[in-house]
Parts: sequence; C-alpha cells; structure tokens
Amino acid sequence: MKGPRHSDSPSQKRLMRLGGLIRKEAHQIVRDPSSIAIAFVLPVILLLLFGYGVSLDAEHVPIAIVVEQPGRETAGFVAGFQHSPYFAPEIMHTIQRAEQALMHREVDGIVWLRSNFAQELLGPGPATIGLIVNGVNANQARIIEGYVKGVWSRWLKHTALDQGMTPGPTVAVEQRIWFNAEMRSRNFLVPGLIAIIMTLIGALLTAMVVAREWERGTMEALMVTPVRIQEILLGKIIPYFILGMGGMAVSVAMAVWVFEVPFRGSYGVLFVTAALFLLTALAMGLLISVVAKNQFVAGQIAIIATFLPAFILSGFLFDIGSMPKAVQMVTYIIAARYFVNILQSLFLAGTVWTVVIYNALALGIMCLFFLFLVRKRMKKRLE
Amino acid sequence: MLRRILALMVKEFISIVVDPKSRIVLIAPPIIQLMVFGYAATFDLERVPYAVYNEDRGRASRDLLALLEGSPTFQLAARVHSDREIRPLLDAKRVMAVVHVGPRFSERLLRGEPAPLQVIVDGRNSNSAMIVLNYIRSIVNQYQSPAGETAPAGLRVRFWFNQNLESRWFIVPGLVALLTLVVSLLLTALSVAREREAGTFDQMLATPLRPGEILVGKALPGFIIGMAEATFIVLMAVYWFDVPFRGVIAPLYVGLMMFLVSAVGAGLMISALSVTQQQALLGAFLFLVPAIILSGFATPIANMPPAVQYLTFLNPLRYFLIIVRSVFLEAASFEVLWNLYWPMALIGLVTLGAAGWLFRRRMY
Repeated sequence: MKGPRHSDSPSQKRLMRLGGLIRKEAHQIVRDPSSIAIAFVLPVILLLLFGYGVSLDAEHVPIAIVVEQPGRETAGFVAGFQHSPYFAPEIMHTIQRAEQALMHREVDGIVWLRSNFAQELLGPGPATIGLIVNGVNANQARIIEGYVKGVWSRWLKHTALDQGMTPGPTVAVEQRIWFNAEMRSRNFLVPGLIAIIMTLIGALLTAMVVAREWERGTMEALMVTPVRIQEILLGKIIPYFILGMGGMAVSVAMAVWVFEVPFRGSYGVLFVTAALFLLTALAMGLLISVVAKNQFVAGQIAIIATFLPAFILSGFLFDIGSMPKAVQMVTYIIAARYFVNILQSLFLAGTVWTVVIYNALALGIMCLFFLFLVRKRMKKRLE
Repeated sequence: MLRRILALMVKEFISIVVDPKSRIVLIAPPIIQLMVFGYAATFDLERVPYAVYNEDRGRASRDLLALLEGSPTFQLAARVHSDREIRPLLDAKRVMAVVHVGPRFSERLLRGEPAPLQVIVDGRNSNSAMIVLNYIRSIVNQYQSPAGETAPAGLRVRFWFNQNLESRWFIVPGLVALLTLVVSLLLTALSVAREREAGTFDQMLATPLRPGEILVGKALPGFIIGMAEATFIVLMAVYWFDVPFRGVIAPLYVGLMMFLVSAVGAGLMISALSVTQQQALLGAFLFLVPAIILSGFATPIANMPPAVQYLTFLNPLRYFLIIVRSVFLEAASFEVLWNLYWPMALIGLVTLGAAGWLFRRRMY
C-alpha cells in the first residue's frame, strides 16, 4: 500500500494535500458540468449577444421631414437626408402629423421647412430650419443633433458653391480621432464587455462554492483534517482560475476575430493583467461566499455586488471623470474599472506602460486585500 | 382558499424578514444603488481634461481659447509646446483632447482666409470623443457667429421633453424599472429552489395547499415588495433627483403591476426549473444580465441588429422602461401606452403558468 512516508518533507506533504484538494474540486467540476458551461459557454453567448447588441452608433434614425411647400430649394435640402446612412427620413406635409408621430415614438425627430423657406432663402433674411428632437434619451438626442448639423453644413457649403461664393474667414475644425479613427463604438464596448463578463464569471464560479460547503457541513469535515486553510483556499482558487483563463482566452479571440476589434498591445501584458484581474474576481467571489455562509444570501450579494457595479461604475460605458467626486471614490473599489482601462488601451492604443502599471498595481492590491479578508474570516470560524 | 394563501404569504414574509441577512439584501442595496448609479450613470461630460498647443501669437487664437477655458465642460490640464509632447498625454489618458492652433491662425483670419483648428481626440471611447468634438464645434461656432457672415439658413434646435438634455432624466426613471426587476426576481428565483434543497417543498406539496395556491402565495410577497421598492424609487426620483413627473400615476402603476407579474413569473419559473440554489442563481443571472443590457436602459434598442431586436420583445424590462420614461417626461396616457401593457401581461401569464405546471411535475 502506498501512502505518505514519514520521511517526506513538510513541503512535499503540503503539495500532496493541495493536489488532493484540487483533484477533489476538479471531480466536482467535471461531475456537475455547470461550472464548465459557466466558464466557456457563457462568455461566448454573452459576448455574441452584447457585442452585437450594445452599440451607440445610431443608423437609420427615423426622422420626419416636414415640407410645407415642396420646391427646388427644399428638394436639395431633403436629398441630403435621403442620401445619409444615418437617417431613414419620412416626408410629411403638416407639422401636426409630424408632432403626432413624435408623440407616438414613430420618429425620433422632426426637421421642419416652413412654407416660406424658399422665399426667405432667396430673399435677404436668413431662412430658419426647425429641428425638434425627442430629448428623453439625451445622449441619442445629442447624436441626432450632430448628424443633422452635419447634413445642414454640407448643404450650406453646396449652396454657397453653387452660387459662386467663396467661403468667408472661418475657423475650420480639423478633427483627428486617435486610436479609433472610424469612431466605431464596438471597438471600445467589446473590450469593456470582456471585463464585465469575466467579473460575472469569476464571481459565479466561486461565490457559492464555499457557502455550499458550509451549508452542507462538509467545511467542518475539511477543517478537522490536517489540511490548512491556505490550502483549502488555493485548492478552491486554482481549478477555477484555470477555467476562467480559458474563458478569457475565448473572449479575447472572439473580440479579435468575430468583432474585428484591433489588438495593438502585447499579448504577454494581456496575459499577466488578465490573470491578475481574474484572481481578484475569484477572491471577491470567495469573500462573498465566506461572509454570507448561506447560498441564498451569497447568490444575491454576488448579483448585486458584481454585475451592476461593473456595468455602471467601471467606465465601460459612462465616463468616470464626469461623475461627481463622491461617486468617483466609489469606483476605485470596482476591480472592473482597472481592467476596463487596461483592456481599452491594450486593444486600441497599444501597450501604454503608464496605464498598465498603475491599473495592474491597483488590481494587485485589491486582490491581496480580498485574499487577506477571506483568510481572516475563515480563521475566525475555526475558533 | 384565501385563508390558506394568506397563511402561506405570511410564512414567506416571515422567512424573508426574520433572517437579518436576507432583510439587509432587500433594503440596503437598492438605496445604495439608486444613490450611486443615479449620479454615476450619465453620458454628459464634465471637466473634460484637455491640452492646448498654441503656436499662434495673435488675438484671435487667444479669444477662442479663452472661450474654451471658460466653459464648465472643459478643464485645461496642460499646455504643450511641441508635437512630441502630445502623444504621451493622450496615451496615458491625462487629457481627452488636444487643441492645436497653427502659427498663422490669427493672420489668416484677418486676411479673410479659412483658418484650420486642429483637434485631436482620444477615440478609445468613441461616444465621449464625439461629444467632445460636438462641444468644441459649438464653442467655435459661438466664437465666430458675431463676426462671421450670416449663413443663408440657420438651424433652430429644440429638444422636446428634456430641454437641456439631462442624462439623469433618462437614467433615473430607468433605475425605477431596473432595480425593481432585480429585487423582485431575486426574491422569487431562489425561493422555491431553497425549499426544494431543504426538503420543505415536498412537505408543502403534501399539505392541502393546491399548486395554484402555492404559486400565488409565493408570488405575492415578491409582488408586494417590488411594488413598495418601486414606489420608494419613484418618490426619490421626484423629490431627490428632481426629475419632472409630468404624467399621472395610474398609467405608471398599471404598467408596474404588469411588469411585476412578468418579473415574478420569470423568477418563479427559474426557481421551479432548478433543483439546487446554485442552478437557480445561475438561472437568475442568465435572465437578469441580458434583460438589463438588452433593454434600452443604456444603449438604444434601435441600434441593435434586427435579430437581437426581435429577442428584446421577450424582455419585460424593455416595455416597462418605455412606460416609466414616457409617464415621467412625456406625460404619456393610456392611449399611447396600451400596446406596451399586454406583452408584459402575456409574459407573466406564460411564465406563471409554466411555474405552476412545473411545481406539480418536477418532483425530485
């Protein structure tokens, strides 16, 4: 019969115990394949759904164009909307009809050319073009306003050229968009989504595993064995870490090949920072699990404390710099914030060391802090 | 029958309220989330850090840059004196935009020639980049309108329902729907699974309670608590966040009832489907996360590809978000909203029916 010989050194024994724990956890994972599904299938589905679903680029915006008196002048203006990929214009003849459509959310905006448009345009005074936008979604309204202004200024330039006028002394804004020249919102949303999805998965994988052992009483059984608490923790973290890294690799591959987000940084840096982030997410899951002690509460905290904060406070969608100072302080304890920053830079700007080092350091500190808390709470229970 | 349902309901309430940890999960997070998210979730930009690279010594550039500096939207973070300094600033996100004025800017304007103003923007967040560019353009327009020649046609812009385009008016009513969904779904999703794991669900099936009565008894606490939470958040939205409430209460609450029926139904169905709490949690996650991201809460449904748009018809949050926002801001009446009510009622009927059916069939 084989077994631990007395001549084995303590470190060898420790490794053996750890190996045993990892094997046990691995068996559990394989027998209940839901963990594997969480790590590999979930990121694929979520990324596909959200990568396509979450977009801030408005196209084919339904808009009503009220032409009270059609003519050559109005036709030139309306054509600008008909040729624009941003608009799906619908011509109407009375403002009442258009306002009705706006109230019923059939259109997002109204461009209003009054009956005296041609007259004013050819006469001395400037003609007025009315633009009414549904402002409920303020961001969308601003985007629509920008699009309409684009069509309007192009039309102005054309009419000026047609009439043989030279452009006056004007300040011409020349824009250069760095890192994302075509302004595709997907390019920054998909890297952010990876961080959010991995936050979810890290927490889901571990949030309930310790709570489950407490609830079933198997934790007490583990405690009376010679296994140390660090070993129990490592035994829980290592298998799920490997699973999570697999999921991360799948997500990054999808971002690059399915969503065609350029990756300009170094894969080595990505690997190291991703590992750091995943460890933090897993440690947070463990902490929830240890603190809650029962699965019901652990599950609720996991949902409340991970997904929504990562979604709203990570800077993935909403700019952190514009939040009130007090809320900005809150964002410092959101691990996803740092990883979103790193990912957006690695994907779009390249390996920017100032960004990487600062954020990786913050992640490292958070990770150690969570692990320390987990360790402390576990010890208390033993006494 | 009523007495039995009432008894079960009282028992459910006790099991929620007596356990201090469950109680805290119900009360504290929605308040904290409302306060934090209400302020955090905004697309409006403030204090945008920018750098100036001015090679011009004339008056025109000074005037233009002063306008920029005076704007509350922008905050001057650095002055640079060479091209080489721009890259590190943008890379490290120390500034979001660099405004570059060429050496002959003022001179060109004086001679009546067009003068270029170069604006370099960090495009890592393309939405912010676009907003920054729009802001800078409007400041430039403001600068040249007194001096510049009058264009043949001016654009007069008005925004309905939200004159000053405050993101908060859009987000905070959205939070009414979002947080109500999270609370009512969480309460119900784990409720049956917990009893099943503890074995008490079998006991309950052995009592004279009929499955329909169990269903109602399990659904009502989630419904009532959801109602209370939603009312609290609506009051906070009006009195704390100062979001105008222009409509009347009835259309909102009819919508809220339909919404809660569908949310509780989805929660109970998830619960009835799962054998363990872990599965129920996973189910709740798998429902909540897509329901929130694909609801129009933050990004418009109209921007999604058609296939994903069809999928959102199954999402009760999608309908209720429109109802809350239009009652708040557009003073919407039943007449405009009726076609948003019945899909939620339908979702509720189907999920509650499925849950009741599963209660009887799925016993192991």
